[in-house]
Amino acid sequence: MSLKAFHVFFVIVSTLCALGFGAWAIGDYLRTGNIGVLALGVLGFAAAAALVWYGLWFLRKLKNVSYL
Amino acid sequence: MSETVIPYMVKPHPVTGLPNGKFGIWLFLSSEVMLFGALFSSYVLIRIGMPHWPPEGGLSSEVLSVPWGTFNTAVLITSSITMVLAWASCKMGSLPRFKRWMGATVFLALVFLVVKYFEYSDKFHHDHFPSHDNFFAVYFLLTGLHGLHIVGGIIVNTFLLTWGSRMWKTDPEHFTNRVENAGLYWHFVDLVWIFLFPSLYLL
Repeated sequence: MSLKAFHVFFVIVSTLCALGFGAWAIGDYLRTGNIGVLALGVLGFAAAAALVWYGLWFLRKLKNVSYL
Repeated sequence: MSETVIPYMVKPHPVTGLPNGKFGIWLFLSSEVMLFGALFSSYVLIRIGMPHWPPEGGLSSEVLSVPWGTFNTAVLITSSITMVLAWASCKMGSLPRFKRWMGATVFLALVFLVVKYFEYSDKFHHDHFPSHDNFFAVYFLLTGLHGLHIVGGIIVNTFLLTWGSRMWKTDPEHFTNRVENAGLYWHFVDLVWIFLFPSLYLL
């Protein structure tokens, strides 16, 4: 597996982590009412969207590089 | 005296289908998966055996600093992106761009360690040492071992950024493979943190 393939896997896991963090932050906000945590959660969802965009850009940019 | 040359450092080995360096780094990463896997398993077993986690009461997110942990997660994800861009720069034949991206990777790794230093200092300031309870023993062991891997990555990446980059003039393909191998290691280290952060800080 090349760095390209591992990087794609890494971006997918990071995106899931960012989404999970966003969900955790909303749950924590509902429990504590802490606005700071809610802001972090919104940033988590924004990071997930940015990672999806980046992943697609990366695949387009390195389409000629092998996955092996 | 004849020079000993390790074969298949650029071209794939006919048996494995990979250059020897890449095959070697994957073997090494397999052993790392076993190391961190064993420690994660121990953590899970310790945790499910406890009536409450953390043992002193409250939640992990109240004991550890979630904002700093989140910041460090973002720093490491960004450093993986700069690392892969450093490798892509080599593939596209640009050493100056490689140096820029690799320099950013090393810088972000240092930022991670500085934040970790402040997190550790805060814990020590409140008498929270590894001997305090199981929670802090697990926290310091896992994050400390991960931190050592970050230090290892900084050493390798700094070498590639400085003296190691001399190879670009004589054998650019071999140098690009070295950068790729360092990138695989760096991604693995960052991936470990992506599992550590939610399991230690959030859950």
